[in-house]
Amino acid sequence: MTQPAPTAPARAPAPKDRRALSEGARQERRLGWLLCAPAVIVMLAVTAYPIVYAVYLSLQRYDLRFPQQAHFVGFSNYGAVLSSEFWWQALWVTVLITAISVTVELVLGFALALVMHRAIFGRGTVRTAILIPYGIVTVVAAYSWQYAWTPDTGYLAALLPSGSAPLTEHWPAIGLIILAEVWKTTPFMALLLLAGLALVPEETLRAAQVDGAGAWQRFFLVTVPLMKPAILVALLFRTLDAFRIFDNIYILTSGAHNTGSVSILGYDNLFTALNLGIGSAISVLIFLCVALIAFAFVKLFGAAAPGAQEGR
Amino acid sequence: MSATGRRRSQWAVINILVIAYALFPVWWIIALSFKDPSTLTDGNFIPTEWTWENYRGIFQTSEFTRALINSIGIALISTVIAVVLGTMAAYAVARLRFPGKSLLIGMSLLIAMFPPISLVSPLFNIERIIGIFDTWTGLIIPYMTFSLPLAIYTLSAFFREIPWDLEKAAKVDGATPAQAFRLVIAPLAAPGVFTTAILVFIFCWNDFLFAISLTSTSAARTVPAAIAFFTGSSQFAQPTGSIAAAAVVITIPIIVFVLLFQRRIVAGLTSGAVKG
Repeated sequence: MTQPAPTAPARAPAPKDRRALSEGARQERRLGWLLCAPAVIVMLAVTAYPIVYAVYLSLQRYDLRFPQQAHFVGFSNYGAVLSSEFWWQALWVTVLITAISVTVELVLGFALALVMHRAIFGRGTVRTAILIPYGIVTVVAAYSWQYAWTPDTGYLAALLPSGSAPLTEHWPAIGLIILAEVWKTTPFMALLLLAGLALVPEETLRAAQVDGAGAWQRFFLVTVPLMKPAILVALLFRTLDAFRIFDNIYILTSGAHNTGSVSILGYDNLFTALNLGIGSAISVLIFLCVALIAFAFVKLFGAAAPGAQEGR
Repeated sequence: MSATGRRRSQWAVINILVIAYALFPVWWIIALSFKDPSTLTDGNFIPTEWTWENYRGIFQTSEFTRALINSIGIALISTVIAVVLGTMAAYAVARLRFPGKSLLIGMSLLIAMFPPISLVSPLFNIERIIGIFDTWTGLIIPYMTFSLPLAIYTLSAFFREIPWDLEKAAKVDGATPAQAFRLVIAPLAAPGVFTTAILVFIFCWNDFLFAISLTSTSAARTVPAAIAFFTGSSQFAQPTGSIAAAAVVITIPIIVFVLLFQRRIVAGLTSGAVKG
């Protein structure tokens, strides 16, 4: 992603490229474009066009109950969203959930990855078990947690002092949303870290051990630095994924008691308030937030986007 | 002797902890689904009276069976399309030299990071205008799009591992690049394609946001969305048992995939994301 895309016709002076104009190479290039074209067209048509359309919609006053009265209002929808405390509350909740769950997942994911990497038996069984949270439908897991924490039906709620309903209070509910999110997505983090662990050469670790490094020193001074690219990619993916959290909150609290994320807010404005203009403005703002996070990761941490080392 | 024995039992404890972590919520929803209405609220971890009543109940309503058909049909069709398009693009990415390759990779990366809620409002309006709102097509289109990056990444990682000398041999024997793709590489690539298909299927099977936003009736509503709209058999009954049973039914394919293809799924997930 860092190198500019070579869109211009290859006129580079390198002799290798001049040969690229041979019949075979031209055929190869044409086949390459031909094979990519359907995927590119689909991706552009279903994401690029709608996001432009969302920007257009966000500049209109557009109530779905009165579609004929839609008219251009400039940036006033953005003004309405950005001056609303609901947006800032939802953004704060989203950032909080993202930060805490990604941090916990990183620690827990590392522990799980080390278990899978080092276990002296039962690795296959552990990996199989770990894949279940990854694969299970988020809504299913969310219902399981919801029933577990609801008084009467709940196994876990029964362990709490009687009369407490954690999903109906702000902080406990946030905590449970984070718990559900962490449970579901830690395995993915663990598998990415496991793949990174496999790239750490055993001899390096042994050499460090011979030099007298303890287990923690080996981990923080050898393993972690060598795994930095894998860690950053895992963090980037999970941060962006956590930021768009929707399913868990929708099932667990439906955003009540100020637990709604920005995605919940966008959904509610669209389907409960039927306000397409405001809903689209929120959509665009969320898109900008995600773009900002991705940009920050790449710039600040130099996270190599997967596939960026394509040229090598 | 005793030292290794102790290490083994330590690992046994750790392994059991991990497995318990992974299975706890799954067991809980299974337990709920087998409780009869009278014990549903007893909060017992293991049902005292086992019953199939909840399952019988949901399979008698078209609300659930229709949603199950929708889920299976929509996920399968999206998977097939995404894997076909992804295979073509991934072959080009892994094997061919052509300008614009890094543009394609950058674009799929962007889409992998795209927040789906940003597309919900425009897609909702577009689909209403062109008349595919609340249809299978209306869900298949976003599903295949959002799973394309996953397909392209995973497949191109697999394709790089294929012994390409065979392709050269085919070319020496006079095959065009297209023929080499169709006759030599496609059969070799089948395991990777299959793994990708599983990952893409899980992705589509899982979706909730598009499923509740782009449908309004049972015509295209998939199970995760339908569950959220379940009502009890009578006005006063809580739908807990039905929801739990339906949840277990849609978890079965996932558990089957995981049990049968654990190794492949792990390879697919990690190769795509780490090696790119």
